[in-house]
Amino acid sequence: MSAESKLMTMQEAIERHVPSGSMVLLGAELEQMIPFAAGHELIRQGRRDLTLVGPISDILFDQLIGAGCVSRVMAAWVGNASAGLAYCFRRAVESGIPRPIDVVDYSNFTMALALHAAALGVPFLPTYTTLGSDLLQKNGNLREFSSPVSEERLVAVRSLRPDVAILQAQRADQFGNAHKWGSLGVAVDGARAARKVIVVTEEVVDPSLIASDPNRTLLPGFLVAAVVNEPWGAHPSPVQGYYGRDHAFFAEYHEQTRELRDFEDWLARWILQVPDRKEYMNHLGAGRIENLRVRQHAFTAPADFGY
Amino acid sequence: MPDEPYSRSELMVVAAAREIADGDLVFVGMRLPMFAFLVARRTHAPRAIALYESGILRQTPAAELLYTMGDPGNLRGATQCGQMLDVMGLLQQGRVDVGFLGAAEVDRFGNLNTTWGRRNGQLQRLPGSGGACDIACLARRTVVLLVHDRSRLCERVEYVTSPGYGTGNGWRRAQGLPEGSGPSAVITTLGVLRFGNGGEAYLASVHPGVGVEEVLANTGWTLCVADDLDETIPPSGPELSVMREIDPHHFWTR
Repeated sequence: MSAESKLMTMQEAIERHVPSGSMVLLGAELEQMIPFAAGHELIRQGRRDLTLVGPISDILFDQLIGAGCVSRVMAAWVGNASAGLAYCFRRAVESGIPRPIDVVDYSNFTMALALHAAALGVPFLPTYTTLGSDLLQKNGNLREFSSPVSEERLVAVRSLRPDVAILQAQRADQFGNAHKWGSLGVAVDGARAARKVIVVTEEVVDPSLIASDPNRTLLPGFLVAAVVNEPWGAHPSPVQGYYGRDHAFFAEYHEQTRELRDFEDWLARWILQVPDRKEYMNHLGAGRIENLRVRQHAFTAPADFGY
Repeated sequence: MPDEPYSRSELMVVAAAREIADGDLVFVGMRLPMFAFLVARRTHAPRAIALYESGILRQTPAAELLYTMGDPGNLRGATQCGQMLDVMGLLQQGRVDVGFLGAAEVDRFGNLNTTWGRRNGQLQRLPGSGGACDIACLARRTVVLLVHDRSRLCERVEYVTSPGYGTGNGWRRAQGLPEGSGPSAVITTLGVLRFGNGGEAYLASVHPGVGVEEVLANTGWTLCVADDLDETIPPSGPELSVMREIDPHHFWTR
């Protein structure tokens, strides 16, 4: 393990590790722990031609697409988990606004297998899912083949190696060793599949705390390029044990982004005119933040690692 | 149904709940299916187990009604919070008894589309598969819930996001999909469709107060009707009281 701290600001992490043209994994934990703060910084720094990778993407993909940062999406679902459709995604696919995007449709399972293959270091993994579907017909990374060990048709899911995975954690040490709990989705494979990992953490803790509960260490620090200490970095999505889901925010986003001009106002108000997460939280307001805080703690029973 | 003591959505939830047998491993979807799972657990299927695609396994229902499966309330008290591949592996092994899906379109052979819609002749991009294709390919039974109208129940879906019985007559086997999998019911606002041996959908029951002609007129193909057509059994007293206890303001069943 390097003894050098990987702590840096969000601006620095995005500037150093996510250039235009990158393939970026976001939203690996599905509806929880979506790295909105990181996505907003990608928008502020004017990234272009990103390929977004993720299983289901909630409205973060929609925002990046609407801001013109994206040329390709590889995902199983792009929408608003509260409201269904996402308008920027629709405008880009249907009318090329603000720019055309290429969509490579996966299912959740094939996305998980693509990342797992990369995490295992093999070119593909076999599955039965998508047989007979139009996903199989249209997605060139899903190929039918005959099993070499049985009389069966299978689908080979090509491994997918993102340039960067941006993953949210509850707590991490300054070297990037991170504890995650709650919704895991494809995050563990995502970290191993990617060439680089940026960890966005709610808290920075001492390495001895991480080592006290090694089963919970889902991201080993040697894979991590940057650690960003960014409390509330996942708002409006939830982080188990830290804050709840801001359901109203998703509904408001849906209402306020229906037309292009409305989205542009939204983008200015919540991202472009907001320099960082601290200011974003001020904008959100104390009352709203208070309502999202944990009301009833539910601590796990300690596990004894003694011998 | 102005005189009935329950809403059409409540009837759909109960019909969906009855597709869950006691002890089933259930891939639960969002909204109405999530509600149906709670009703089944509290009535006839107390040992049913819920799986969610983010990797969550629950042996007891969440304490509150959820907006998304990733709500913190769905994780606290869960039996296991694993990875997506853990639950997808169970699905591919053939261990998942039933999965619930919604759809923009369903066709004569139970194929589902959630990728491309059509409104006033214009193609409209929809969110896509999520886990729907996986459930439709691999769950032993798939139950679909949707609003019944001609544009949604169509002869052939625009795009096969989630395969049903394809073009019928052994199509699933020919594609290599697992034996003993496929759609088992389509629960609509008007009735319940099931599937014959050739994989074609037929009308198995109509909801109380709905005429067969109304169903046929709102279906985009010539729908076969079962010889022994039933009326969908309305919610029982206990089922209704469970639903109203969980959702007192009819948020999910307006």
